[in-house]
Amino acid sequence: MKKDIILCGVGGQGILSIATIIGQAATVSGINLKQAEVHGMSQRGGDVQSNLRLSTEPIWSDLIPQGKADLIISMEPMEALRYLPYLSPDGTIVTSSKPLVNIPNYPDEAALMAELDSMPSVVKLDIENVARELGMPKAANMVLLGMAAPFLDILSVDQLRNAISVIFARKGEAVVEANLKAFDRGVSESQNR
Amino acid sequence: MTKKLLLGDEAVALGAINAGLSGVYAYPGTPSTEITEFIQGDATARARGIHCRWSTNEKTAMEAALGMSYAGKRALVCMKHVGMNVCADAFVNSAITGVNGGLIVLAADDPSMHSSQNEQDSRFYAKFAMVPVFEPSSQQEAYDMMAEAFALSEAQKVPVVMRIVTRLAHSRAAVEVGELADENPLNVSTDQWVLLPGNARRKYVELIGKQPALLEAAENSRFNKVETPSERANLGIIACGIAYNYVKEAVGDGADILKVSQYPLPAAQVKALAGRNDAVIVIEDGQPVVEEMVAGLLGADYRILGRLTGDLPRTGELTPDNVAKALGVPAGPSFEPAKNLAGRPPQLCQGCGHRDVYAALNQVLADYPEHRVFGDIGCYTLGALPPYKSLSSCVDMGASITMAKGAADAGLFPSVAVIGDSTFTHSGMTGLLDAVNDRSNIVVIISDNLTTGMAGGQDSAGTSKYEGICTGLGVDPEHVRVVVPMPKNMEEITRTIREEIEYKGVSVIIPRRECMQTLQRHMREAKKAKEAGK
Repeated sequence: MKKDIILCGVGGQGILSIATIIGQAATVSGINLKQAEVHGMSQRGGDVQSNLRLSTEPIWSDLIPQGKADLIISMEPMEALRYLPYLSPDGTIVTSSKPLVNIPNYPDEAALMAELDSMPSVVKLDIENVARELGMPKAANMVLLGMAAPFLDILSVDQLRNAISVIFARKGEAVVEANLKAFDRGVSESQNR
Repeated sequence: MTKKLLLGDEAVALGAINAGLSGVYAYPGTPSTEITEFIQGDATARARGIHCRWSTNEKTAMEAALGMSYAGKRALVCMKHVGMNVCADAFVNSAITGVNGGLIVLAADDPSMHSSQNEQDSRFYAKFAMVPVFEPSSQQEAYDMMAEAFALSEAQKVPVVMRIVTRLAHSRAAVEVGELADENPLNVSTDQWVLLPGNARRKYVELIGKQPALLEAAENSRFNKVETPSERANLGIIACGIAYNYVKEAVGDGADILKVSQYPLPAAQVKALAGRNDAVIVIEDGQPVVEEMVAGLLGADYRILGRLTGDLPRTGELTPDNVAKALGVPAGPSFEPAKNLAGRPPQLCQGCGHRDVYAALNQVLADYPEHRVFGDIGCYTLGALPPYKSLSSCVDMGASITMAKGAADAGLFPSVAVIGDSTFTHSGMTGLLDAVNDRSNIVVIISDNLTTGMAGGQDSAGTSKYEGICTGLGVDPEHVRVVVPMPKNMEEITRTIREEIEYKGVSVIIPRRECMQTLQRHMREAKKAKEAGK
């Protein structure tokens, strides 16, 4: 069993925290993992992505081949579209629906959403808004991870929750609880869509 | 044995510590930075007092590491690939002096230029200097190789190059970690490393004499291995470093593969592979280094495929897709690229002082249509992009000052250099001295954000010393001006720039304000400290 995931967004949106939590859950459960990150120049408000590969078998390439990603998890809708050639024909896109417009030539939003909706399997949500509603605007990425959890079937929801508790433990109980709440909300949004 | 989830860079760092490292010497540069940062944060390294402070540039780093080796201890030098150019003099000659304590020179190459200005291949440097190379295919090998590379370095008395690429440096995987070895005791060499011509000729012959043993080590290396399928294949695959992973991803166990992770190139194994196949394909990340060597070994009549023949792209990094294609593995179905897509280039952070510098420069220079601004390497290179479009060049560390000088010597006016604080101490100071001695008519802007911003906010070697350095090099103190780059100070900044352009000689303007990234980090740390104190 394998799960190939492209995590993407704009520099500063917190995609590496999502990767860290999935990585922690995979390590604890003994699943093989490779995770290629982008550091350096591309972090400055530009597009960022991470290739995350999970498998019960040995993993060779650090990069996901085209057409093989089971999941695209994106903090930004146009960034989700950037990696379409990597998505498997029966893969799923889990994305924030809220554009981050920091370039002058951002595409027409209606056309962008229509293209996103034309994909076979898409889950999208204004995660920033949900996180704000919950009173924890910084936990939008945990809402997104929760939305992706039902599709991450190589790891259980409980394994991901445990990983959140471990990763945020040093920031105190309140931060752990807030992030778990955001994650749980994402899970239910995804299951009830 | 414990398992740890490590970046390739971190695997190198931990491998070095556990192999008895006594000092790492480095200048920050993507994708090598995390090696030194890991050692700086490691409890064992701290307890042992392992040297890990950043060096001013790669040359000072290489020389200091060679000095530590002379004293008998194990030293590691880390840099991005272009750092090899900066330390080349010391590096090439360290092969001739030889080493005492083990010396590893780690070069992190950046094929596809994710964060670099070229994709030069450090294996060429190793061949040129006639020293061995280790090229790991995985994080585990990166860890394991460090102890073996130190041992080989000490056994053969040569520096050893460890070559990694971005995709290994910045990819995480589980690594089985071994025991911690002791450091070498202080054991200062009694040999003379004096490369006067008479000695150098003798030492060079010694280096050449080591080559058969280095080749034998590579032929017998556990990191070089042959995988032969049960049935005869007709295409032999030479897979170097991480190329091996892409080959395995594409063809699994059904191919005749020579995995190369230690050099000199194991020539006997290459010939054996060629002998049992009709053709050989060379798959290597970076430039066609091995492909050229193999052509030399097998002769003009043998069919060799690779980057030079167009079977793999001539430029850019390997991917599982271009390797599969080169091996004739058909691509599966996939979606077309999206239609509603725009590039999202990196940008200067909101509130960054470099922004104010470019805003002010552009405002003043609008009155001087003949002007040129020579840029340098750092976040502020982004001033070349919209909305500022201020820069005419960015070539190598420090080139802003010397190129501005040369252009001014030729008659360009105004000739302006923009350089960051860390880049200035890395390679700008000597150029400024040239300009002072020539009384060149240039304006040098040292945009000081108190850190090495681009690589992630490491300490900058010259912090709080810039005015002293510039006046010490002979810049007239009246023309070393400090401003605070903020929108509210725009009138003062533009007036200062205008005055210094009109001054016929070398001027230095230092706009100084902390990097937004490190400022936010320092504020978070202060808040945490305050909360802890409650």
